Amino acid sequence: MRIRFFLIVLLLFSKSHSQELLNGKVSFINNENKSIPLEGVSIYWQESSVGVISDVNGNYSIPFIKSTNLLVFKMLGFKEDVVTINKIINYDHILKNESNDLDEVIVSKRKNTIQKSYFKTQNIVNVSSDELLKAACCNISESFETNPSIDVSYSNAITGVKQVRMLGLESPYLLITEENIPMVRGASQVFGLSFIPGTWVESMQITKGMGSVVNGFESISGQINVELKKPINDAPIFINVFSSNMGRKEMNLHLNKKLNEKFSTGLFLHADKNSTIHDNNSDGFLDHPKYKGFNFFNRWQYTDLEKGVVGFLGFRFMKNEKDSGEDVDNMKVKRLPWLSEINTNRFDSNFKFGYVNPEIPYETIGAQIAYSSHEQKSFFGIRNYDINHNSFYSNFIYNSILGNTMHKFKGGFSYSYDDFDEIVDTEKRNYNRKDKSFGSFFEYSYDDLEKLSLVAGLRYDFHNNLGSFFTPRFHIRYQPLERSVFRFSVGSGRKSSNIFSENQGVFSTGRKIYIDNNNGNFYGLKSEKASNYGISFRQGFLLNNQEGDITVDYYITDFINQIVVDWEKQGELHFYNLEGKSFAKSFQIELDYQISKDIRIKSAYKNYVVKKQYNSGFKQNPLTPKNRFFTNIDFSSKPIENGSYWRYDITYNWIGKQRMPLHSMYPSLITSNGLSPSYNLINTQLTRVFSSKFEIYIGGENIGNYNQINPILDSTNPFGLNFDSSQIYAPIMGTMLYIGIRLKL
Amino acid sequence: MRYLFVLLFFISSFIYSQDINNKSVKTSFKVSGVCEMCKLRIEKGAIKIKGVKYASWDVNSNKLSIIYNSNKINIDNIHKNIAKFGHDTDKYKATDEVYQSLPECCYYKTLSIH
Repeated sequence: MRIRFFLIVLLLFSKSHSQELLNGKVSFINNENKSIPLEGVSIYWQESSVGVISDVNGNYSIPFIKSTNLLVFKMLGFKEDVVTINKIINYDHILKNESNDLDEVIVSKRKNTIQKSYFKTQNIVNVSSDELLKAACCNISESFETNPSIDVSYSNAITGVKQVRMLGLESPYLLITEENIPMVRGASQVFGLSFIPGTWVESMQITKGMGSVVNGFESISGQINVELKKPINDAPIFINVFSSNMGRKEMNLHLNKKLNEKFSTGLFLHADKNSTIHDNNSDGFLDHPKYKGFNFFNRWQYTDLEKGVVGFLGFRFMKNEKDSGEDVDNMKVKRLPWLSEINTNRFDSNFKFGYVNPEIPYETIGAQIAYSSHEQKSFFGIRNYDINHNSFYSNFIYNSILGNTMHKFKGGFSYSYDDFDEIVDTEKRNYNRKDKSFGSFFEYSYDDLEKLSLVAGLRYDFHNNLGSFFTPRFHIRYQPLERSVFRFSVGSGRKSSNIFSENQGVFSTGRKIYIDNNNGNFYGLKSEKASNYGISFRQGFLLNNQEGDITVDYYITDFINQIVVDWEKQGELHFYNLEGKSFAKSFQIELDYQISKDIRIKSAYKNYVVKKQYNSGFKQNPLTPKNRFFTNIDFSSKPIENGSYWRYDITYNWIGKQRMPLHSMYPSLITSNGLSPSYNLINTQLTRVFSSKFEIYIGGENIGNYNQINPILDSTNPFGLNFDSSQIYAPIMGTMLYIGIRLKL
Repeated sequence: MRYLFVLLFFISSFIYSQDINNKSVKTSFKVSGVCEMCKLRIEKGAIKIKGVKYASWDVNSNKLSIIYNSNKINIDNIHKNIAKFGHDTDKYKATDEVYQSLPECCYYKTLSIH
């Protein structure tokens, strides 16, 4: 009864509200500084159907509406203005001539740096380059720390490598593409993301759950696509310099040039170095490796809009050297030091071509061809690991329609070739594998242009090691109301495994490696196969005249076959095929709200149940927190006349308890039930934008200075069986402070 | 053999779409409208007319570019159908009744392009 009464009051209120009128006058200032009324100005509420026009005296009167507070003033020859109107007042507006004050910056509405679409069928989050600026620096693996869909965890005390996870699963189960060409895979699985400099990135698309069949059969828990900067849009000269108190130095230089109407080229250079030594936990081992790296990328772009042709050609070279292990100069006992070195060389080249028939705009043809060669030579104490990976990838896509543009399809085929050559520990363990696959795909999509859209895809692949198989994938979106959208996806994915390159952490342990031969094609193991299905619901709202939304999603990944990496036994690492169940269930609830014009908050709670059947029982994955909480608040001040403003953001992460397989090895720190303690992580950054050309930023990571007390097990006896640097649940390094500049010319 | 199957599958889908193109006619004409809202209305309305395969409308020139299947519909009927949902074309005018029901920002008879 009370609810009904409340509803009636609400209805009455909203009805009377919508009939209220906002009045005002529009004018402009002429050369003699006189105010002149403007007739014929369009005045409308943004993204609504409510609009009026000003009369001879410049007067207007528009019904006040609830769905938006942004009022647009528009007239030819004048600058378009968008103003925020929160209550009914008399609002007089002055329009400015288009030619005047070109330097003045008017920010009408802050663009959200993470965009979730109501209209896309798949659950895709777009991350703009502005969002990437929030993370300290400097490469992509670090840029996910401000993003609630992806978790970053520390995975190794020697290499300091950070690992990304989605839906509770490690990065090998993600398809990571660069402009839709599979990129971080095979030999580059562990370090690949850290080899892409953040400043090169234009935007990223994060797909939760199954990706499209067009990009292959590999994605299982999701897809991350990275779009690099295009020479035609990027600033002619861009310089970025970064330095931290931990001795980290980075530099980026972009040079872009438009050669003529059709050709542009860009040169992207990146260098990083850290030669300082830190051992804050006094275990005799460096907290982070010493390294130096160099990255070179030359990109050519061809655009002919009249003929509908776009082409890209790129060459890239990367070199990285990491030195780690014991601090030789400060060793307490005289013996052979435990040292490690990882040297990587990589060459990439890719060619992309797109053609849109100008006569038939819905018909397009695309081709992607890529070649890469990745070479890693490394040793960890007395263990060696070398891998050579040569890869060729090609994909041809044809887009057209069935009947009309509400029914679209993509069809095509792909061919890929991968050659792996690995030496593990000794020459006797030499693995050589060639993966060849040819596949054909077809994807149908339907959009009723209103409430319903769906994508149904199917591909068939012939793979010399995986066999011949179908990969079906299906996505549907239903949007019953303007601000409510449901999404559902289901599909399957497969993966050829590179157990050593994916689990390089094992080399910085004394563990013996055992592979339980199962007569499969991958180190004697059978390939991995999983299905993934999930549902997501998003509800937008207007509170206090500011936009916000709540997203709830639940995804399940079910493994039909998996290569289990078993760290459970001390001194041993076992690889074997799954016998029994393995699944990852991920629940996430996320709030995104623009508190005021200047402040935006994103907050998320995540729950992961990732369990599988080990030889020793059915257990949660080790080092996988069941619960996580995330909050990011960002603040941006209003730009003043010269375009300068402040930007501030703070990210808070609470990481729940994690199962530690070797908890008996740890001192009192770990609770007796074998779980690590939960902890907090805070990162923050302040940027002063002086103009669109120059900005300075300072920031801190791990402000609370939380460290894992004893990251390396048996660090005094590094050549022993119990030596282990892979049991990492928290940061190894303390607070990092940094400063950097960005210069665009 | 299986490779052949996949290739045939691909080629046949290609040929199928080529086949449609033979009956396709591309044309453009003026449709009245003044804003983004009109664009949404015109494009959505046009694509839903049976036989129309593609529709794109430009606010500044008021030009609607369409591709349609001449076996399924003639150009006169397309004009007529567009006028039916409130937007004047070169050949047909919208009735006053339908025009009045347009969103306020779409009153193209009195408003300028905004």
